[in-house]
Amino acid sequence: MSLALLQRDFCGWLADAPNQITHHVAETAEEGLAVYHHAYRAQLIDCLRDTHEKCAAWLGEEAFEAAALHHIALHPPKSWTLGRYGHNFAASLSALYPDDREVAELAWLDSALRQAFDGANASPVDLATLADIDWDAAVLRFVPTLTIGKALTNSGAIWSAIAEGNTPPPAQILPQVGALLVWRHELSPHFRSIEERERAILSLALAGLPFSALCTQLVDELGEEDGAATAADLLRTWLSDGLISHIA
Amino acid sequence: MVSPLPDPIAPFTGFGLGLRPQHYDDFLTRPVPLDFVEVISENFMIDGGRPLVMLERVRERCPVALHGVSMSIGSADGLDEEHLRRLCSLADRIDPLWVSDHLCWTGFGGFNSHDLLPLPYTDEAMDVVCANIHHAQEALGRALVIENPSSYLTFPESNRTEWEFIAEMAARTGCYLLLDVNNIFVSATNHGFDPIAYLDGIPGDRIRQMHLAGHSHGKTLLIDTHDAPVPDPVWSLYAEACARFGPTATMIERDDHIPPLDDLLVELAIAREIAGVRHAVAA
Repeated sequence: MSLALLQRDFCGWLADAPNQITHHVAETAEEGLAVYHHAYRAQLIDCLRDTHEKCAAWLGEEAFEAAALHHIALHPPKSWTLGRYGHNFAASLSALYPDDREVAELAWLDSALRQAFDGANASPVDLATLADIDWDAAVLRFVPTLTIGKALTNSGAIWSAIAEGNTPPPAQILPQVGALLVWRHELSPHFRSIEERERAILSLALAGLPFSALCTQLVDELGEEDGAATAADLLRTWLSDGLISHIA
Repeated sequence: MVSPLPDPIAPFTGFGLGLRPQHYDDFLTRPVPLDFVEVISENFMIDGGRPLVMLERVRERCPVALHGVSMSIGSADGLDEEHLRRLCSLADRIDPLWVSDHLCWTGFGGFNSHDLLPLPYTDEAMDVVCANIHHAQEALGRALVIENPSSYLTFPESNRTEWEFIAEMAARTGCYLLLDVNNIFVSATNHGFDPIAYLDGIPGDRIRQMHLAGHSHGKTLLIDTHDAPVPDPVWSLYAEACARFGPTATMIERDDHIPPLDDLLVELAIAREIAGVRHAVAA
């Protein structure tokens, strides 16, 4: 019996997939096999709980573990690193909790913050260089940890309350669709709830549209005065948050 | 084609601990009486952020050993090149004492269990392990240090003991050994072999590091949980290892129920004392 066949069957046995593991081990191996079978799931549940701490607190231990086991069955790990395991846990929760959208949003936010924690380094743009920029041609470049997720609920407020040890507010559907902005400034991950307009303009900026085109878009939507003021406000906020790494 | 053996790893002796985030502040704010620290390589095979900054600060203060859990040198389908590339990058960045991983496999065919799974000790497994070690050593440009595993089952097709397998592996690849004393005790209890025979079968000149740890009790098996102080039988086996192998870099692994750093330093003092007495007797 080849090593490859043994390893194929062992993996299948761990993942509850079809296998012939009993062809490879002694009859007395039952308890040993059970140790590995348990350890496989326990480690992945711990990994998901560690990454999705606020989501786990919101769901409660029993419900979270059930959801984690569901996810593990659907998505056995493929990568050498556990660091990214569960990056799609929010999608599993979305299917499990279609009427409680804050659950998946909390999981997305937990995961995005964790990925920002050890994502690629970048320094915020030096504010002293802004005076020399040709704003007609300027293109904003953002820190690589920046990511945006859709928010239909008050998941940001729930996350913050749990983080601060306060009683979280009841889940609510937002009157207008918003978004969650996640990034790392220096060594600390941050997030901010944003409105749809900022999400749309930021998405255009991330796609590489020049700042002048963002201004034109806002002027078309809001008129000359309010459009220009909003563009200036957004730029000021993005700079002070440390979202912009470079202005080309 | 026979792969060239890697350059030797210079002997290094001393006492260390696994670096865990709970103790970062201790390491950076006060002198910690350690000769080296060991880190889990994969925790730092990342793009950026706080963990790498902390590791580089600690590295400025003391030597670091890189200890991996995901190389999977026993995988029949070879090593993960992305893992190897990131490990090379980390080793270049940290200049570690050495780079270690386990005699085990973690995945096959695109599935990764993230557990240290047991190998059958067969001719084929020997060829697979040696080929993977040669490949990793060539990529890293240095000898690997391989740790004996703890295990909860054995395979009827094995045709040699674990210590015979390890001795042959070291001879064929030029790799060094990380002797986990707790793992020997756990596996000896689980599989009914003599841990002293294990020590006597290991090539002492290849050992560069020893691990000490605690374990827990399953239904009939011992489980290598690293969540408790080093128990007396493991200290006794450590004394036997010290008497045979002389001064060797030694550290305590603690991965769960992690106590304050000072508690671990008290436990490490026991290791210093045992090693000191045994080396004096041996001399």
